[in-house]
Amino acid sequence: MAHVTGGTRRRRRRFGGFGRRMPLGSPRVLLLLLASFALCGYAGVRLLRGEWVAILIWFAGAALLHDLVLVPLYTLGDRALQAAARRRGRPLARTGVPYVRVPVFLSLLMLLVYWPLVLRAPGPYQEATGLDPDVFLGRWLLISAVICALSALCALAAAVRKPELRERVRESRMGRRKGGRSAP
Amino acid sequence: MNVFTRFLPRWRSPLRGPWLTSVFAVALLVGIPVLFVTGLLSYAAYNPELTPVNDKTPDKGLLGFYLFSWPTHPYWLYRLTQGVHVTLGIVLVPVLLAKLWSVVPKLFELPPVRSVVHGLERLSLLLLVGGALFEFVTGVLNVQLQYLFPGSFYPLHFYGAWVFIGAFLAHVALRLPRTVRTLRRRSLRDPRDLRTELRTPAARTRPELPDATGLVPRDPAPPTTSRRGALAMVGLGSLTLFVVTAGQSIGGSLRGTALLAPHGRDPGSGPNGFQINKGMRSARIQERDIGPDWRLTVRGGARRSVLTRPQVARLPRHTAALPIACVEGWSTSDQEWEGVRLADLAALVGLGDAPPAVFVESVQRQGSFRMVALSAEQVRDPRSLLALRVNGADLSPDHGYPARVIVPGAPGVMNTKWVRQLNFGESTWPT
Repeated sequence: MAHVTGGTRRRRRRFGGFGRRMPLGSPRVLLLLLASFALCGYAGVRLLRGEWVAILIWFAGAALLHDLVLVPLYTLGDRALQAAARRRGRPLARTGVPYVRVPVFLSLLMLLVYWPLVLRAPGPYQEATGLDPDVFLGRWLLISAVICALSALCALAAAVRKPELRERVRESRMGRRKGGRSAP
Repeated sequence: MNVFTRFLPRWRSPLRGPWLTSVFAVALLVGIPVLFVTGLLSYAAYNPELTPVNDKTPDKGLLGFYLFSWPTHPYWLYRLTQGVHVTLGIVLVPVLLAKLWSVVPKLFELPPVRSVVHGLERLSLLLLVGGALFEFVTGVLNVQLQYLFPGSFYPLHFYGAWVFIGAFLAHVALRLPRTVRTLRRRSLRDPRDLRTELRTPAARTRPELPDATGLVPRDPAPPTTSRRGALAMVGLGSLTLFVVTAGQSIGGSLRGTALLAPHGRDPGSGPNGFQINKGMRSARIQERDIGPDWRLTVRGGARRSVLTRPQVARLPRHTAALPIACVEGWSTSDQEWEGVRLADLAALVGLGDAPPAVFVESVQRQGSFRMVALSAEQVRDPRSLLALRVNGADLSPDHGYPARVIVPGAPGVMNTKWVRQLNFGESTWPT
């Protein structure tokens, strides 16, 4: 991150230098990390008793799934939303992006946590609890619809307060004229 | 490296920077220790030291250093600690995601290893992020009875928590000074303080000054929202999850508000119309197991007493108003249980003066917690009953007819249903 400048040669030497001696770093941090690894290791060997390959896959997979699937998905989703909003030709800060982003975020967040119930994933739910598992999809859709409607009302309320809005648009346009490049 | 950087995304959000990361960090710095402590308390609540049957992680070693005999006072203790554990865990999901979002450029940092310590630090971060997500995912799946994870929930969630907390402690020790410095900064433009930032709309939101953290984008995009907007969105996410979840733990008229929580509804009406952990069919209980041929065997030392249900019902009966509180976070309001005191049943086999611990067996043939041990302290509490009736009616088969244990303050599964045998003062516990 730190080395923006510097030629390709210098960077290659640093990156490809596995044969060279690598600097150690702070001994204080090293000590702290070793203490931390001792605890992690003590618990880790116990965690991995049993189906250790599967457990390892779950542990590392959770991080990889987040970094390589979830993050790109919502990043691309948000960029698509911004691109669509920009096409309407308004300054970015004053488009309706938040009015779409927030309700979609809340809806997907509920789905992320409660997908096994919402999507009726097979499981012992009904037999164990004596409760009907088929209500959750409808409830999730209904809550999402209510949140979207509330957001639309907010957007409407913001649009009605026009004089103030117009002033802010002008202000933000002027602020942006200098160096206001758009996102890719 | 040039080939690598070409494929790496360019992180351009003008909101990213040490300030936003620090705000999320502080929320987690409060929340994660509460989750960890309530989780450890939940483990202690099973009294794992009493017998291997209660202990799902017998090779815990030093990790059980803190264990203590779980008290029966106050009777709502487990209801509170576990309700907080599960509800807070779910409410923190958006905060955790936001924190990870705010530091995502660091996850793709190049070169991957600058020094030995830097390499170890990144390994520690893998344990931190993997551990956090592993704990949240296993927890969220378990409360929805989705046992997709590889193995029993108890060891996975318990040892996973210790791996995570090991990395968490190192992370806090390394980053807390910077977090405090970042949040203490006060000046107009940048660095910024909380109150100024909460008054700044999107149009006036500027990136932070680039610093050593590497979080501030070098090529920021124009803002589509303010920092207060980002905080509000995450807060709204937490609030939404709280509203659709917390009612299953608070109970009463608020249960109906837990629209997406697994136990947001009552399974029926009437005296037995409260939450069920594992119903009769789910526990594979046969009709004949709990029919007229059912007998209760009470054993203690060399003595043994076998009783029919009418005989049990003729013993002195007492009432206790106690909730059922599940490890999955949901709980019921107080129910009026009526039955025979465990201490009185101990007296049947001559152990009435100082009732010892008891080993309880269910007619249930398979599944975990069909046998549990209760401590002497739990047996001696006058509210600990072998209940026959609840809320003025006989127990329903799903709630453990002909008889079930109910103990104040104990996790739901310790309240054995369809009880077949009580073994008082066993010196060697069956395993």
